[in-house]
Amino acid sequence: MAGPPTIALYWCAGCGGCEESVFDMAEQLIGVYEKTRIVFWPAALDARSSDVEALADGEIDAAFINGAIRLDEHVQMVRLLRKKSKCLIAHGTCAHMGGVIGLGNFFSSKQLLACAYQHAPSMATPKGPLPGQGADTGTTRHPLPGLLPAVLPLDRIVDVEAVIPGCPPPPETMAQVFDQIIAGVLPAKGTVYAHQKALCHSCPRRDTRPERITVSRFKRLQDTLWDPTVCFLAQDLICLGPVTRGGCNARCISANMPCRGCFGPTTAMDDFGAGAMALIAALMADGDETDYEALIESIPDPAGLFYRYSLAASILGKGRRP
Amino acid sequence: MKSLDLKIIALLCHWCAYDSADAAGRSRQDVPPQIREVHVRCSGQVDPAMVLKAFAAGADGVMVLGCKPGDCHYRTGNHQALKRMRLLQQVMAATPIHPQRLRLDWVSAGEGDRYARLAQEMVSQVKALGPVDAKGGM
Repeated sequence: MAGPPTIALYWCAGCGGCEESVFDMAEQLIGVYEKTRIVFWPAALDARSSDVEALADGEIDAAFINGAIRLDEHVQMVRLLRKKSKCLIAHGTCAHMGGVIGLGNFFSSKQLLACAYQHAPSMATPKGPLPGQGADTGTTRHPLPGLLPAVLPLDRIVDVEAVIPGCPPPPETMAQVFDQIIAGVLPAKGTVYAHQKALCHSCPRRDTRPERITVSRFKRLQDTLWDPTVCFLAQDLICLGPVTRGGCNARCISANMPCRGCFGPTTAMDDFGAGAMALIAALMADGDETDYEALIESIPDPAGLFYRYSLAASILGKGRRP
Repeated sequence: MKSLDLKIIALLCHWCAYDSADAAGRSRQDVPPQIREVHVRCSGQVDPAMVLKAFAAGADGVMVLGCKPGDCHYRTGNHQALKRMRLLQQVMAATPIHPQRLRLDWVSAGEGDRYARLAQEMVSQVKALGPVDAKGGM
């Protein structure tokens, strides 16, 4: 790279927490601003997509894209950014695996639109146009972008060089990535800015995890007074740390909450939920079929629990890939 | 799509289920052509990822067959399968892939007639659901 690296940041379907992970670098962000050329960052700077179109192909060194792909507009924007960028980075869980936004794939887009735009009790114009259908005739307004049939992770639309997992990613990790880019090194294809191993390996409660755990009823946080120093699983509380990539500094565990898997699967796995199910099944005490059914019954909303962040990346969340 | 195009992956344990499929062949039972048999060491080897991989690769149904309870060659392998598959079916109930596309059952070595019956039942169960719908891709 000659001169300061050129950076773009874009926000697809997400809550804004990933943008926050950049702002939370605090003083370090000033250094990033001074040592890079930020050409596109709608959350912070005034910029139009035409500014991106005006760039030469490959002019952007690294584009950070957060949020899931939910709208046709997202597809156009990420394809444009792909064309203009040497390196595309999936920034945060939604871009990585669909994230919480991906839970929309439990329903069809038609059901979601009907619920939000037609049947919501507060909706004054239930017969109004739906997103993607175009606005009233006679106006020059653009229609709202349309929903895709399903939420997709970024890598289903464009090639992605690197992933920064986390919901949101830790600001320290963001600083590390920016430092690397400022030093002139773009991430190699397949880089994941997290540990190779499961969260348990870096868990502060690691030493309290017994060799073998057997659960005869899963407890819920709200009906348990749990020991804040002991492994959650040893207290019959579901924690997905054993199947989740570490690298989050065990933020939730330190705040006395069990892991829900926002960093996604370790390198050994493909489908996060499948790994989570295998983990939970392995904890279930031996018995007969009725015992197993009762045990499974004690897990409220298992699909939403195991696939909280990864439904859109799973075959269970999008049907078959054509 | 014709019902003959449906694909059902049958994951058969080495000690009982695979032998029962052999027995079905030897005794010239009718095993529907939609069934694709895959030999595994034990039903306890089948984890949810394996089943989902089959669906992702285009299967319309997955049938896991193991030894009858108490008869597992590895003592508790079929119990592990039971825990995993019931949990997976519970999860599938909330998703576009119907839980009846997955079946776990038991068959003894030599029970060729039972194997043929389970295979036929599985095919008609999946036929009723049709192919996995290609919803949601780009």
